[in-house]
Amino acid sequence: MQNWINAYSWLNIRFLLLGLGVTIFISVVAVVLSFILGSILGIIRYSKIKYVSAILGFFVDLIRNLPLLLIIFFTYFGLPNFGFKPDTILAAIIAMTVFESAMVAEIVRSGINAVDIGQMEGARSVGMSFLQALWHIILPQAYKKMIPAMISQFVSLIKDTSLATIIVVPEMMQHAQVIYGQNANYILPMFVALAVLYFIVCFTLSLIGNHIDKRLA
Amino acid sequence: MKKKFWLVSFLTIILVVLSGCGKQNSSQQSVLKNARASNTLTWGVKGDTKLFGLIDVADGQSKGFDVDMAKHITKHILGPKGKAKMVTVTSQSRTPLLKNGNVDAVIATMSITPEREKILDFSHSYFDAGQSLLVPKSSTIRSAKDLNGKTVIGVVGSNSVNNIHKVAPHAKVVELQDYAQAVNALKSKQGDALTTDNGILYGLAVENHGFEVRGGTFTKEPYGVAVNKGQDDLTKAINQAILEMQHSGEYNHLIKKWFGDVPGFDYKELYRK
Amino acid sequence: MINIITHYSHQLLSGFGWTLLSSVLALFFSLIIGSLFAIMEILPNKTARFVGRAYVELFRNIPLLVITMFFYLIIPLYLVKINGFTAGTIGLTLYTSAFIAETIRSGIQSVDTGQMEGARSVGMTYWQAMRYIILPQAFKIVIPPLGNQFVNLVKNSSVLAFVAGFDLMYQANSIASTTFDTINSYLVIGVLYLIITMPLSYYMRYLEKKIA
Repeated sequence: MQNWINAYSWLNIRFLLLGLGVTIFISVVAVVLSFILGSILGIIRYSKIKYVSAILGFFVDLIRNLPLLLIIFFTYFGLPNFGFKPDTILAAIIAMTVFESAMVAEIVRSGINAVDIGQMEGARSVGMSFLQALWHIILPQAYKKMIPAMISQFVSLIKDTSLATIIVVPEMMQHAQVIYGQNANYILPMFVALAVLYFIVCFTLSLIGNHIDKRLA
Repeated sequence: MKKKFWLVSFLTIILVVLSGCGKQNSSQQSVLKNARASNTLTWGVKGDTKLFGLIDVADGQSKGFDVDMAKHITKHILGPKGKAKMVTVTSQSRTPLLKNGNVDAVIATMSITPEREKILDFSHSYFDAGQSLLVPKSSTIRSAKDLNGKTVIGVVGSNSVNNIHKVAPHAKVVELQDYAQAVNALKSKQGDALTTDNGILYGLAVENHGFEVRGGTFTKEPYGVAVNKGQDDLTKAINQAILEMQHSGEYNHLIKKWFGDVPGFDYKELYRK
Repeated sequence: MINIITHYSHQLLSGFGWTLLSSVLALFFSLIIGSLFAIMEILPNKTARFVGRAYVELFRNIPLLVITMFFYLIIPLYLVKINGFTAGTIGLTLYTSAFIAETIRSGIQSVDTGQMEGARSVGMTYWQAMRYIILPQAFKIVIPPLGNQFVNLVKNSSVLAFVAGFDLMYQANSIASTTFDTINSYLVIGVLYLIITMPLSYYMRYLEKKIA
């Protein structure tokens, strides 16, 4: 019991919450960037522009099929070879963005494909250009359909930031490890705290997602 | 068929490009000159190692003997206003970060070994450690030889893992990410012993009653400050700084500060003049 | 890079094997557990539905790394010793089963509800209607997303590296710290991961097209 009280001292809780702040910061930036980048990539891929779609599509597949942990290593240890030396937080943001953009691109691609192809032809036949049809007819429907998959992906993104502990990003998982590294008796209280805090953040996002999904559907 | 062609050609291109990056761009800029220009030395220090470099929950800064050494060396090289910037590294990340130039020098419980000297340069040794074992007090393991057939916990990227293969070829080694995981794995009986340098182990033993350091030291692990190849002026400056610290008594002061209260550790043996 | 492949082929192959084994075991068990909880979620019984939902939400909203380390570092303190490979595989199984439950549930529910009523009205029991009418249709719908879950599973198995599970990522960490050739070590295992995941995800896309 004493262990639990000591483990949840204000000093430790404060440190954990500081980590949570970094976790959320990385997640928010990566969500916004990967939503934009992933959408662009997904739409380009759907548009079947000669060579461009195929080449970008291939890179998307490549990244989608690699473990995030590898992307983190490549970013942190590989980018300096190109003269760019990100610190740990920036490296985590870049790695998450690259990985999640590829995942989002796939969601967007299959979401657009799921919207009836006949609709594109219909819109074109009444004189709309490809881009007009895409923007006014296809995308609004496609994005509505994608909401659940998209939310689920972003929940995964938040959870996956925990992997960044491997390069000592000062996020929540890393901070929990620092705390139970000082006193091994704190390990169970720390894991309980981790589970609760991650759950609150992720579950809240899921609920918001469901709400939006119901409102729009 | 066309798709396959694309696939194969791209894979080849990517591999060629990336493996090209694998080769170090040994830019021969002087790290020391840059440090003097910016009045800052960037150090790689540990964040998971008691007594040497351990992140303090109160302010998120790493603290320990290595960290203090880094600060003092910086002052000796850059003058009293010189700034020391700390980057937390792990045993796994310290070498790539140094080679890539993310940090100027690494002072992170790093033993000087012939393998490492092939790709990095080291200062003179600033601390003499030796590998030892942390075991439960009830353990039957008395020395490194008893490890044959047992499971030994180590940390990825540490020299101790390689040494174990030499002293106890039939020991099974599991490598974990850092000392926080390693000591908890030992408590969870994921291994029969935790091995690394004695200084680190004494630090772990302080907090974890029921465990003790055993078997003496069965290797010599002289810790050095690591710098990139071709940075001889920096290496010289660091050596000079360490010598000055030893003469002035700063070194002994730091030894006493960090190792003075560690049970079972005769800190006066570490004194240097 | 060639050096790493030739010098460490033994370690690489064993890592490949452990990664594959962990993934296959976790897939097998998470399919069973996932199906059970998916069925619980659509049962008429309220308690069963709640339990099913709670399980899915719990494991979907906690990082895999936290679950895995919990089994490696904490369960042995109180219950029973679990080695790294097993802890990792258990973590993967629990985590993935929540996603599989979700996939299967939404698959079943996307089959027109009128069909259940129709089947019941011609005298089938609830379970008969499930078995002969609903599940076969749902099965077709869920195959591509299940396949994608398997791809995720293989990628996620890299979490074994945190608990010394001897998988590809663990071997790469070890090779990288012995050779100091970080990028190439990770490139080699990147290719090995792609050998498993690429064909799978292309095949799933093909199936997806075929069904649509």
